[in-house]
Amino acid sequence: MAYKEIDSILPPGNYYFSGNAAAAEGAIAAGCRYYAGYPITPSSEIMERISVRFPEVEGAFIQMEDEIASICSVIGASWAGAKAMTATSGPGFSLMQEAIGYAALTETPLVIMDVQRAGPGTGQATRVGSGDLMQAKWGSHGDYQPIALSPWSVQEMYDHSILAFNLAEQYRTPVFLMGDEAIGHLMERVDVKPRLKVWNRFKLPAAPPFGTDQDDGVPPMPAFGEGQRLLVTGSTHNEWGIRKTDDGKVHARLVDRINNKVFNNREKIIQTEGHYLDDAEVVVVAYGFTARSAIFAVDQIREEGHRAGLLRLKTIWPFADHLIEKIGAGVKCMLVPEMNRGQIKGEVMKYAECDVMPYNQTDGEIIHPDTIIRDLRRLF
Amino acid sequence: MARDLEQYLRPEIKSTPFCPGCGHGILMNLLLRALDDLKVDMKNMLFVSGIGCAAWIPSPNFNADTLHTLHGRALAFATGVKIFNPGLNVMVVSGDGDLTSIGGNHLIHAARRNLDITVICANNMIYGMTGGQAASTSPLGALTATTVKGNIYRPFDLCELVKGAGAAYVARYSVTQPVALMEAFKTAFRVDAFSFVEVLSPCPTQFGRRNSCDTPLDMIGMLQGKCISREEAALLSKEDLKNRIITGEFWNEKG
Repeated sequence: MAYKEIDSILPPGNYYFSGNAAAAEGAIAAGCRYYAGYPITPSSEIMERISVRFPEVEGAFIQMEDEIASICSVIGASWAGAKAMTATSGPGFSLMQEAIGYAALTETPLVIMDVQRAGPGTGQATRVGSGDLMQAKWGSHGDYQPIALSPWSVQEMYDHSILAFNLAEQYRTPVFLMGDEAIGHLMERVDVKPRLKVWNRFKLPAAPPFGTDQDDGVPPMPAFGEGQRLLVTGSTHNEWGIRKTDDGKVHARLVDRINNKVFNNREKIIQTEGHYLDDAEVVVVAYGFTARSAIFAVDQIREEGHRAGLLRLKTIWPFADHLIEKIGAGVKCMLVPEMNRGQIKGEVMKYAECDVMPYNQTDGEIIHPDTIIRDLRRLF
Repeated sequence: MARDLEQYLRPEIKSTPFCPGCGHGILMNLLLRALDDLKVDMKNMLFVSGIGCAAWIPSPNFNADTLHTLHGRALAFATGVKIFNPGLNVMVVSGDGDLTSIGGNHLIHAARRNLDITVICANNMIYGMTGGQAASTSPLGALTATTVKGNIYRPFDLCELVKGAGAAYVARYSVTQPVALMEAFKTAFRVDAFSFVEVLSPCPTQFGRRNSCDTPLDMIGMLQGKCISREEAALLSKEDLKNRIITGEFWNEKG
């Protein structure tokens, strides 16, 4: 069980990609060979590119009748042995929530790319937003620990797409790549490296597929057709998949383990990026496209002689609780600009001792650097 | 005609979850006999089911790969498996509410795609597991937990629906017609495209007791009385066919 280095499928070099195209190429590079989806703005380019590229890599592509069917067929394909994914946007992500809980409980690795648009409801289909982060965390009923990544560039749409598959396979859990309309439709240079690291599914014939000795372990995962007489069920089950719907201990053990396996490993999963944090008095906590404006603003404010810094969250879930706590203990204030009504600000407030200032914008536009500069100036 | 079907059953499962008089046990028996006749390799079989009593026919009883999915979504899960691994034999066994109400959209689209998936739809004309509420298959006038004065909506004709959506093989039989039903299972399995067998399976606990069938035997008798073959039905008027259930093979692309 470890990372393996493989050759890139794309010839190495520089490419000029949209974020959505880069995400599709990252999935192919990571070994994704099953895609099911349903058209929805602003994510459809991912599906369109996959439909063209999969025949070249012997992948299986299908356009399903809706998003519920898409995610369910992805779960089926994953159990047939595929690295599998779908991509969607807010309304489709809402439709997928029941199956996301099923995937969490059955420990099915898969990737969902949510190219976020301005919600709620149908909202503004062609405009940007980042209002799906709490939905990514809490969307399905019951307790589970999702992994959600927040790319800020087209390069990261490629890199984090690979990372999403690696985390999904390593922890046997759904992983969300939380892009947005701005990053999905942005075109930028992508540097494709000759080699990449991938995590391939761990198999151990005759081992129980739904239990480990540790209370935070990840069991091996067989596939259909391997003669394992697999029992996969979304009901509470023991380590062999036998339904145990009236055994409280089995339920608690299962739910605890699927949460612990992600939560207890969060320091290994979480990725962040710090800018000027060593001497910062005011720290901007930002993610996704907004972090692009934030770094511009922080550079500008430092030129004006103020000690500002930036903490960029590359991983949204699990949340960087320890790091926020540590940074929050040494700064005057944190500013959290978001294209929603303060979904991550609330998380920052949970762990930071310092003052936490929100900036929330829900007009379907990106947050301009000048807006963050204006807010930062007020804080010095 | 006793025969040893134990190899098809998961050894660690010792009991059936079904109520006394439930038709699903007969359905299970006939399906395994059909698979035995066809010398099916269970190592290459995947049984997919949704939610409800019928979904428990294959899961966990059948000694093969089983995928017990979300309510209504069995065919969507099955599609993902079949497309990624076409070499697996994929059979969906689930109930009428699961496959045709909450899962109705997936059913028509799976039939349209015509993938090689065999669907066995156990139709007990009611939501059994949740306590006997009206289904999209409940007959007009049926008394259920949610139609205490009688069902006012027409039931689906599932075979016409699936045939219209493009399935390659469509048949309907009752568990009271065991020989014909078993043959339909075999034909459906052999068809290398989308095939659909509707099985009328009595639910004395939820349907019978509310609808003047006080015992499981009454329920069986009611089904026997209602079922009429396509050939016999062709000779009767529309009025005479009211409240009858026409059984037989409705479509066989190859035939």
